[in-house]
Amino acid sequence: MSTDAAANGPAVVPAASLIPADAPFPKAAKVALGMPQLRSNLAHATGTIRAKRANVVGELDDWERLRDAAAAIKADVQRRLPELAVEFERNATAAGARVHWARDAREANEIAARIVREAGAEEVVKVKSMATQEIELNEHFEAEGLKAFETDLAELIVQLAEDKPSHILVPAIHYNRDEIRDIFVQKLSRQKMGGDGVATGLTNDPAALAEAARLHLRRRFLSATAAVSGANFAVAETGSLVVVESEGNGRMCLTMPETLVSIVGIEKLLPSFGDLEVFMQLLPRSSTGERMNPYTSVWTGAREGDGPRNVHIVLLDNGRTDVLADEVGRQALSCIRCSACLNVCPVYERTGGHAYGHVYPGPIGAILAPQLEPGRHDDLPYASSLCGACYEVCPVKIDIPEVLVHLRQQGPHPAGERAAMGAARAVMARPRLWRTALRAARFGSAPWRRKGFMRRLPWPVSKTALSKWTASRDLPVPPQEHFRDWWKERER
Amino acid sequence: MSTGRGRGDEGTAGTSAREAILARMRRALEGAGEAPAAPREYRRALDPGTDAVALLVDRLEDYKANVHFGIESIPGALGEAARVVVPADLPGEWRLGAAEFIPDDGLSTEDLDGMDAVLTGCAAAVAVSGTIMLDAGAGQGRRAITLVPDHHVVALRRDRIVGHLAEALPMLDPVRPQTWISGPSATSDIELQRVEGVHGPRRLDVVILD
Ligand code: SF4
Repeated sequence: MSTDAAANGPAVVPAASLIPADAPFPKAAKVALGMPQLRSNLAHATGTIRAKRANVVGELDDWERLRDAAAAIKADVQRRLPELAVEFERNATAAGARVHWARDAREANEIAARIVREAGAEEVVKVKSMATQEIELNEHFEAEGLKAFETDLAELIVQLAEDKPSHILVPAIHYNRDEIRDIFVQKLSRQKMGGDGVATGLTNDPAALAEAARLHLRRRFLSATAAVSGANFAVAETGSLVVVESEGNGRMCLTMPETLVSIVGIEKLLPSFGDLEVFMQLLPRSSTGERMNPYTSVWTGAREGDGPRNVHIVLLDNGRTDVLADEVGRQALSCIRCSACLNVCPVYERTGGHAYGHVYPGPIGAILAPQLEPGRHDDLPYASSLCGACYEVCPVKIDIPEVLVHLRQQGPHPAGERAAMGAARAVMARPRLWRTALRAARFGSAPWRRKGFMRRLPWPVSKTALSKWTASRDLPVPPQEHFRDWWKERER
Repeated sequence: MSTGRGRGDEGTAGTSAREAILARMRRALEGAGEAPAAPREYRRALDPGTDAVALLVDRLEDYKANVHFGIESIPGALGEAARVVVPADLPGEWRLGAAEFIPDDGLSTEDLDGMDAVLTGCAAAVAVSGTIMLDAGAGQGRRAITLVPDHHVVALRRDRIVGHLAEALPMLDPVRPQTWISGPSATSDIELQRVEGVHGPRRLDVVILD
């Protein structure tokens, strides 16, 4: 089979490889902003998803009441986390699951690897999971001589491209259909898939690309003996786990193998099965902009003759209890990883996910990463213009701007900056003043205006370290109207 | 043995991980008051007079499922399928048409892969989101039979159709394995456009029975 570059299209350079590892956000953002294809792919994809989301959210006249319920349920979960975790453990165990606890990434990886090896498996199929990305399970497995195969289409693309995910929901959002076609042709043909080899005649039609993924993974699904997953929700009342997905790769992983290991952050708990009536309306509409995702799987322990016999659950802390200890910051634990905040964020849209240097990019990453890994991402809370669009769309009403300002105050700043941020906070806390500041930005930023973009943010934000990176790059000028109107405009 | 390390979380290391995490949670929450009860003012049902069946049909078709009416349309929904796997307890009167109906008595994965279609019942359907819900109850079978064949035909009794998710959840057995299905397998991973047909059944037919 020919792997001639001319026939197969140009080699796709993994976007993440261009961004220096561990670069602070301003530097990484600068690199990303110099990649026009990346920016245009992102603008196209986020534009599509914003319109889809607006449509299906508009269909529900009780959207705000659902958000209120979700925010309150999550706040209650956080307050009752110890009792709910124990209740979940008891019910899952009674249903035949084995529940493990992991303080950190290393413990979780060791437990998962041991279970897989004890099952006699050398490879696992994987359902897309942020928790396993966070603990770098694939890398750990590789070091242990085990193979982890991603099965979600976007994860597969990223894995084949030897790249890193750049979005919570669609890790390959930074690639367009032509690049994906090139990756498939080059990598899948080379993998000698036997009869399932992907022809070099593959087109860039998304349906053809999906078919190629089906052929590539089918035999692996049907013969897999072990799988690794995360979970979107863990129901304390029943000991059930819930996985939300689209392609059926999740169902394959959760149903076909004998052994299943699910890595679940402790914040994923919900008190009762009935709470899904709130979250399963909010999540699909906020993430893929669908009324409901194609497939949702719910399982409770092991069931004779139906699905995996060895069901393991690893409850993961890995910094979450530190986040819980921060009264303002703990609301970040309410996140259901829908990615709506990424899709509306003007900073994310321009820099992409890799610049954030953490598995959680965008607004949620800016508040979660510095809390999960204290001292390592102190610049991320500045990767925001505090425009508030993320809060407007967040289905669980996390007040991301509030947490950003809070974290800015905690970071290591010179006293002057601290004072400036104190002022910013005071403004944030009083809507009228905040509006005045925004208006000042709109009408007073003439010197900064340059073809609809400004080079620097006006007071109060410019007094902060944020200006260090806005100084080098452009930000959209705050709109002429209030940001709510501006947001509605963007959604169209 | 004094250290549990070698046995991982099975031994004392595991007990201590559990205790350590619970202790950290409790410490983190010191002084945190109770959260107020969640307001649940959202909708739980359609407005009176709304036709749930019509809404369901609209939503199913929007997500590329085919909808049929009446038991006599089962053969049409099965189309060209010659070999159709069915749960062993599927009602006999649904096994209509020329296809060979093969009851699942623990068929192997290879056997399932050789089936043209699967015919099952379901536990509930949600009109607002176009969702069919299976909970491994009567006439539904185990999860693998509705996953491996490329074509799923669902027989849905009209009295199983509700407007909202809040009405459907009490109809499910929460501890049996569930699959909620909204249209055929699809992906939005390429430029965030929905494309039907990846790993799950690429064709979904719903037959609404009186
Ligand atoms: S912070 Fe909110 S909007 Fe962002 S991913 Fe989490 S739940 Fe979604």
